Amino acid sequence: MTIAEAGAALAAKKISAVELTAAHNAAIAVLNPRLNAYITATPELALTQAQAADARIAAGGAGALTGIPLAIKDLFCTAGSRTTAASNILRPFVPPYESTVTQQLLDAGAVFLGKANLDEFAMGSANITSAYGTVENPWKRNGSDAKLVPGGSSGGSAAAVAARLALGATGTDTGGSIRQPASFTGLAGIKPTYGRCSRYGIIAFSSSLDQAGPIARTVEDCAILLQAMAGFDAKDSTSAERAVPDFRAAVKGGVKGKKIGIPAEYRTDGMSPEILRLWEQGVAWLKAEGAEIREISLPHTKYGLPVYYIVAPAEASSNLARYDGVRFGARVDGEDLIDMYERTRAAGFGAEVKRRIMIGTYVLSAGYYDAYYLKAQKVRALILRDFQTAFADVDAILTPTAPSAAFGLGEKMGDPVTMYLNDVFTVPASLAGVPAMSVPAGLSAEGLPLGLQVIGKHFDEETVLSVSAALERAAGFSALPTIRAGVSA
Amino acid sequence: MSLDTATVRRIAKLARIRVDDAEVATLQTELNSILGYVEQLNEVNVDGVEPLTGGAQMAMRLREDVRTDGEIAEKILANAPDRVDHFFAVPKVVE
Repeated sequence: MTIAEAGAALAAKKISAVELTAAHNAAIAVLNPRLNAYITATPELALTQAQAADARIAAGGAGALTGIPLAIKDLFCTAGSRTTAASNILRPFVPPYESTVTQQLLDAGAVFLGKANLDEFAMGSANITSAYGTVENPWKRNGSDAKLVPGGSSGGSAAAVAARLALGATGTDTGGSIRQPASFTGLAGIKPTYGRCSRYGIIAFSSSLDQAGPIARTVEDCAILLQAMAGFDAKDSTSAERAVPDFRAAVKGGVKGKKIGIPAEYRTDGMSPEILRLWEQGVAWLKAEGAEIREISLPHTKYGLPVYYIVAPAEASSNLARYDGVRFGARVDGEDLIDMYERTRAAGFGAEVKRRIMIGTYVLSAGYYDAYYLKAQKVRALILRDFQTAFADVDAILTPTAPSAAFGLGEKMGDPVTMYLNDVFTVPASLAGVPAMSVPAGLSAEGLPLGLQVIGKHFDEETVLSVSAALERAAGFSALPTIRAGVSA
Repeated sequence: MSLDTATVRRIAKLARIRVDDAEVATLQTELNSILGYVEQLNEVNVDGVEPLTGGAQMAMRLREDVRTDGEIAEKILANAPDRVDHFFAVPKVVE
């Protein structure tokens, strides 16, 4: 069932919000102990919200999401519900306020099933850095029961939606954290333009890159969710003062006459043949739907990751300075104030978070700032210029989302840089602040989902959605994960 | 450029993260791996390029300098690990 279908069934009173929520609560009770998609399930709260949704539907005042059960990434502050960022340092944290994005979803009538697992402070590409345990991808390789990762950092959100433990989910994307897990779990996910969704109440990782967005089963469902999540917010100084277009209408836009760019630089050495084939298939689909294909160049693509791994840790080291054991979160006592800070942070942060804070501290430190941080900011400007130049000639860009399908738990973990390479195709759009979406386009030889990425111009999510919807129609992706509600435990 | 153990300890101190001797060696290897990876930026000519500081394609917005919130001390202190009345409490700083 999709959000669009559930919304229609609720409006026609074929199903009640309480029934829909109770079914999801029951599925979570059965499957979450295995998948670990939720850090905190909130079944009673969800039922209370569902009762209110039914009352609202009966009164004829239903919103676009009234009665729709969602998973909320545990990086969004939810008033009265524990919010951990998957870190030990926030284990006891109960926000006294609501993030703007989740408030807007509540205003639209959504039901929150719980707080979804993620990489600690959203730092990771496999959901293996959570202090609350790894998340299992509900998909399996053909004939194998090996545990695969769901991608990250929004791995719990993706696993929950894929396994039918939510109709949709919020995610956040700093370098690919919505798109890569969507690709790994056969779902659609969009990172909107930087500034489209308010960052207020989203626990900060890298403030110049962090953007909220939805993960759902279809492009249309993403459009419905994004409609509710987006919009100007005075509480976020980088929120864009722009009207929110009709995203759901854009889904039906089609690609006839649209110019689609194919960047030569994304054809990396050692790209797997099946990823390359899928990409070529995507080009053929769009051409068949009437799009015009153009070869383009984004010359600084290969520098995206190194720029990202300077800028994001630098901002993280500053943002995470607030976790000092004084105002919120966990504290470990020490001999004096400094010792208390150091023990609190040593105990509260996991290994990946410590690594990134330390890299960030180093690249911002006296004597190294120009060589690393300033240099990275300048190359970031060149990456933005690449996109601006390309978008003078094309309406959207098509690339693969990730260099591989979901990999096994325990793989790619020898060295941090190997893990970072997962984000090679998603990071450039984050650095440029442009919208980008992953849409499921096919299966690997091993039976795992693979996604294609559509990148658009600043604030042109409409074209991203219409191109993604065209790919979705052509791909006709209908495969389902092995582990899902009502099938297997 | 390669970090020595003294530099790793200095960064940890700046970052206010306590590290024990066993961790220093691991961190040294990992941090050097990351710094080695980002070295490739040296290939890029950035002469005359203005640094891009943010993700937003807009000027910073200003607002009236007025109070927009307040009188919520209890909410703010609700998550404090230690407090005394309406204050956050910390270990003694001045003898």
